[in-house]
Amino acid sequence: MAPPSSRRSGFSKKAQFSLFTGYLLAGAGAVLGLALLALSLWQPAAFAPLRGVASDVVAPVGTGGAVTRSGSQGFFATISGYFNAGQQNAELRRENELARIRLAEADAIKAENQRLKGLLALRDSEAKPVAMARLVGSTATSVRRHAYISAGSSSGVAPGMPVVSERGVIGRVLETGRNSARVLLLTDSESVLPVRRAKDNVIAFAEGRGDGLLRIRLVNLGVNPLKVGDVMVTSGAGGYYRPGVAVAVIAKITPDGGIARLVAEPSATNFVAVEPVHEAAAVAELEDTTLPGPSPAAGATPTPTPAPPSGAAAGEE
Amino acid sequence: MERIDPRARSDIYGRRINRAPYAWRVRSVPYVTIMLGSLLPVLLIADLMPLFPSLGFLMLLGWRMVRPGLLPLWAGAPLGAFDDLVSGQPFGSAILLWSLAMIVIELIETRFPWRGFWQDWFTAGVIAVSYWFAALLVSGASVTPELLIVALPQALLSVMLYPIIARMVAGLDRFRLARARKID
Repeated sequence: MAPPSSRRSGFSKKAQFSLFTGYLLAGAGAVLGLALLALSLWQPAAFAPLRGVASDVVAPVGTGGAVTRSGSQGFFATISGYFNAGQQNAELRRENELARIRLAEADAIKAENQRLKGLLALRDSEAKPVAMARLVGSTATSVRRHAYISAGSSSGVAPGMPVVSERGVIGRVLETGRNSARVLLLTDSESVLPVRRAKDNVIAFAEGRGDGLLRIRLVNLGVNPLKVGDVMVTSGAGGYYRPGVAVAVIAKITPDGGIARLVAEPSATNFVAVEPVHEAAAVAELEDTTLPGPSPAAGATPTPTPAPPSGAAAGEE
Repeated sequence: MERIDPRARSDIYGRRINRAPYAWRVRSVPYVTIMLGSLLPVLLIADLMPLFPSLGFLMLLGWRMVRPGLLPLWAGAPLGAFDDLVSGQPFGSAILLWSLAMIVIELIETRFPWRGFWQDWFTAGVIAVSYWFAALLVSGASVTPELLIVALPQALLSVMLYPIIARMVAGLDRFRLARARKID
């Protein structure tokens, strides 16, 4: 098929000019795009308000999608539940008994913990969430891993706040709109999170690889103490996350640490909690002292410079 | 006449006498469908890897290829700006890349005015893969081998999806021009 002949300018001056103007406008659009691209790569937060408005528009639609998603998951679970109900019932009863015993033990430990914390004059680390929200969408076409949640600045969400599900860390708030916010997921290749091994104090950084796994890089190099199956939790360094929230499970050992799988997968999550920045005062102070260039949300590195992680965050206040 | 052949006074856009297409449909359908294409993948929860090629860009390619001359040459900039707001790419990347794609297609079209489906597919495929790679480079993420591997299905999908998108655009074009308005 040949293009319509109306688009050949021929000898018509008017047609020639309009063709020329078309090229001119398209070229100007490309140049404008290049300038905006350079600006937003240099100052990633520059267009946050614009994007906030857009995500506010998308979020209600996404909420509908999220409801359907969780509804359909429940539907299939119900069907499969019918097929092995009897066997499951017996198993669940046994598990329930075990869980009750463990719960009692946990209560005892909690009480002891409380007592010891009282002795140390540490405040309770349980944070009250700023907002509960649904995960309503994500950037499925881009190689960046961002997600949208259905709570924004009107419910007190601010950039930098950690987002956690009932299983563990999801990511942190990058930009906020009025009723929605954009979250940098842990799997994004620009995300860095200070972590430690749950059972002792082996300290590391968890970096997103961009392919759904996290690279765990040990801070102290030497003999690699990590083992497959180790659980990494937040160390609290940097002051954004409260310490002790589950992040990832080691799946493979590498010379400088390991490759880990996420504990809390956003696609299997419906509701998330936005928590306040754990050590807000310390973070603000750190931001003042460091160069005021890219904002913390944009750079997305939760200040990996302060070297002594675990105890430091708690001691800074 | 109509007793012999009921379709004598109609074509694919419907009956001809006393009917006309809606003006708002004629103008808005391409833009609205491209913007919907930008919005739709946002509703997927892709936590591990990019799941879907840029549907907005594929729709733009489809409209440009199936209906040359319908979108003005500069349409890539405003539509790209909308895509940038929701796609997660840094603002400006789609404005730049979509404008460039429109210019490139225009140049190809003036060079090869007679073309068919296979050539269209080839052009669209080459442009979609270049767009995929350029978008990866300007996304602001550090390009690692792992990142390339997980993003590769996107490139393949965008090439394979073109025929379907082209058929869809043709259907939408029939909807756009359907004579649904009665002239009294």
